[in-house]
Amino acid sequence: MSSSTVVISDEQTPVHSGPILEVSGLGVEFNVDNEWVMAAEDVSYRIRPGEILAIVGESGSGKSMSSLALLGLLPRNGRCTGSAKMQGNELIGAPQSTLRKIRGNDIAMIFQEPMTALNPVLTVGEQIREAIEQHTELSPADAKKRAIELLLMVEIPEAERRYDSYPHQFSGGQRQRAMIAIALANDPMLLIADEPTTALDVTVQAEVLDLLRTLNKRLNSAVLLITHDMGVVADLADHVVVMEKGRIVEAAPTAQLFSSPTQDYTKQLLGAVPHLGSKVGGVLTDVEVVDGRLELHEEYAEEARRAQAEHSASGVEPALELVDVDIEYPGRFRQPAFKAVSGVSITINPGEVMGLVGESGSGKSTIARAVTGLIRTSGGSISINGTDITTLSARKLKPLRKRFAIVFQDPAASLNPRLSIGDSIGEPLLLHEKLGREELDKRVAGLLDDVQLPIAFRNRYPHELSGGQRQRVGIARALSLRPDLLVADEPTSALDVSVQAAVLELLQDLQRERGFACLFVSHDLAVVELLASHIAVLNKGRLVEQGSTEQVLKYPRDPYTRRLLAAAPVPDPQEQSKRREQRSIILAAGTTE
Amino acid sequence: MSNNDKQRDDSRPSVELSELTLLSQDSDIAGSPRTRDQTARVQTEAKSQGKLIRERFFRHKGALAGITLLVLIFILAFSSIGFAGIPGWWDKEYDVLADRFNEGRPTLTLWPFSLGEHPFGQDVLGRDYFALTMRGTQTSLIIAFIVGLVAMVIGTTVGAIAGYFRGWTEAFLMRITDVVITIPTLVIAAAVAGIVAKAGIIPFALFLGVVTWTGLARLVRGEFLSLREKEFVESAKSVGASSARIIFRHILPNTVGVIIVSTTLAISGAILLETALSYLGLGVTAPDTSLGKAINDNRSALTVRPWLFLWPGAFIIGIALAVNFIGDGLRDAFDPKQTRVKQ
Repeated sequence: MSSSTVVISDEQTPVHSGPILEVSGLGVEFNVDNEWVMAAEDVSYRIRPGEILAIVGESGSGKSMSSLALLGLLPRNGRCTGSAKMQGNELIGAPQSTLRKIRGNDIAMIFQEPMTALNPVLTVGEQIREAIEQHTELSPADAKKRAIELLLMVEIPEAERRYDSYPHQFSGGQRQRAMIAIALANDPMLLIADEPTTALDVTVQAEVLDLLRTLNKRLNSAVLLITHDMGVVADLADHVVVMEKGRIVEAAPTAQLFSSPTQDYTKQLLGAVPHLGSKVGGVLTDVEVVDGRLELHEEYAEEARRAQAEHSASGVEPALELVDVDIEYPGRFRQPAFKAVSGVSITINPGEVMGLVGESGSGKSTIARAVTGLIRTSGGSISINGTDITTLSARKLKPLRKRFAIVFQDPAASLNPRLSIGDSIGEPLLLHEKLGREELDKRVAGLLDDVQLPIAFRNRYPHELSGGQRQRVGIARALSLRPDLLVADEPTSALDVSVQAAVLELLQDLQRERGFACLFVSHDLAVVELLASHIAVLNKGRLVEQGSTEQVLKYPRDPYTRRLLAAAPVPDPQEQSKRREQRSIILAAGTTE
Repeated sequence: MSNNDKQRDDSRPSVELSELTLLSQDSDIAGSPRTRDQTARVQTEAKSQGKLIRERFFRHKGALAGITLLVLIFILAFSSIGFAGIPGWWDKEYDVLADRFNEGRPTLTLWPFSLGEHPFGQDVLGRDYFALTMRGTQTSLIIAFIVGLVAMVIGTTVGAIAGYFRGWTEAFLMRITDVVITIPTLVIAAAVAGIVAKAGIIPFALFLGVVTWTGLARLVRGEFLSLREKEFVESAKSVGASSARIIFRHILPNTVGVIIVSTTLAISGAILLETALSYLGLGVTAPDTSLGKAINDNRSALTVRPWLFLWPGAFIIGIALAVNFIGDGLRDAFDPKQTRVKQ
């Protein structure tokens, strides 16, 4: 472990046959109000050189804490026990000075949110150089050379020029690449990646995962991947460790874990993950690869177009109709106005669930807010049950608000922390129906029952509830006035998979029972597939594709939709590796088309 | 998708939840519909906000001590020498000169307890210092609370309107605030206070309130600026809540902490400001007195006649401490996250 080796070569393989990291009986505890609370217990695993080990678990499973403990990065009130040997050297209980030498040199870390992990006032290049200079005696000029090489290695275009860029000038994916470059600066033997792609869009996630895979092969450094996403695990990992409530539930090679999980918890977890293509039976069916080239089946397209025409000509008054909607965010000073949405037309018939899919910045949340009258449109019309709401004054709009409701993404932020659950749910009723106290209480109790929460929750406050329970409250509030249209803006993206499954199930049941139309906004195609009968795909504020779920998922016409579908990882290692090939061909075809 | 079996799983709360939640969930979900309904009736009468706040406030030991102390000071100050023509139980007047007894030393003894002729002693002119201190306490309490109230009302209103409505409303209100901030309080006071103070304590207190609301307005505006962007405000808008409802029901309760802390500071600040003005001869004028004035008048007597300094000082400290404790308790009482109460 000499820290001065700075040979830049693709084949730098440490000559060690044994495991790089061997963790046994690791425990992490936190002191909360003078009581030691267990965060992880008896965690044991080993990583060999060049191996990718994934630790999977839901929030609170201790997966992050047990990994931070390796680097001595626990918060002040934490302590850890057990043993973690890095090539035979004990890490647990080692003095900070030793750990500091190991951090960033032998073990490097990639964090979830690249924007906050990079210092905004230093250029990206300087930050990489700093990481190099911390652990070597390279001259600044050599360090810069090495930094540029690293940027090239993580596939940042024009690395020389981008060396002097600041983090805000990088896109999200590039920032995460820069973080990876910093982590790789000193050829670490172990790379700890803590949810490395959670903050990224699917297409960018696929690229970053590809990068991690190729780097892992080239550099032969081991990767400890911490994630909640089974798709990412299926895509990348060799071995999987499943954690629940601080303990290891199951550990197995990836293929084995996915094909024959032995523990109930693992089965539950895998069952809860929405699997893209499971309902319509496969995705991208019209795209076939023949001799490394893309072949399209035009006959499906015709059929799809006919179905779409029939749908829009069905003659029912749509529950929601968007015609050529433009939405602009006004410019300030010399900045021009930003057009978030342009020319979007969507039709949802009564009782239908429409999935609105797109990556961040595609304008999907903007549309959700415009539909509920929270922001104004700059062009086009939005009609709810035939009434155009874009031209109404706030006063005229108010009585109409009974007819539509919105469920927000983050249930923690969308409930007033100072209002009890009962007051939150009762507010729409109070505003629109002017009920007496007793009648209101009864209705609130009924609503709590509808979303399967105990009535006692009415006196609770949002902070006392778990994420899933809070989102149920959000749904109860939205449905309190029995709206004809429910807008759900990523209602489950802040939740754990098993909770997400339950909340989706609830939404589905309520929709079936009450028959409201629903605009379901999500970035997750698999979730949309489960709920929606129709899908609209947005890209950079424009609608690129719209049709029935089956049609959009199986026979997508638009190259962007195809890329999106190909990038979404599925929780099945074999299928995922096939999809990976398909994706690279679609990407290649996309560039030549 | 095998979601069905997951359904029940989620109805159990996550690990972060307290024990209480687990219990009530069990009793609610496990029981048969009928017993479930009964238990629900018993434990789930919707509690009103006010009741919850009161409960939390009275569990706060510091606040309870503070309010007890303040009430005692109030009763003592107003019942002893009387107020507004109503006579009190103390037989001496604060503005009556008399011969000095034992160089004006306090006659109060604790063991055996006796008040004596002049429990707090007499000042250089032979006035009874107990009566004088009580009069000063009355004045200071009136001034402090009126200033606090006026500053809170103006500051919160201006800050809330500016922060919520933005645009030209905000520009206009905040420029006024800036102007008020830039004029030194003492200068306005020098120009106006002399005239106002002659009109009595209450106009004087109102005047002080009118010049000291600015800090609160800026703080409240800042809070509103961040809170108005929160999703729960959007959520309220989406169900058609009016601006007034959003401001008063949704945003204001979330700013209570800031408002109360700055109001308690404003109250303590008002006592000091009144002292400074009185010292310059612009505030309370003789023969009337306030705690600040009493200390100022006797500040050179610290070494020779310390009691002239200590008694009003003790009352200032008592009032300020009590106000701060009450503020602390109110802040916690309004915060539903505060489950554990300071013992």
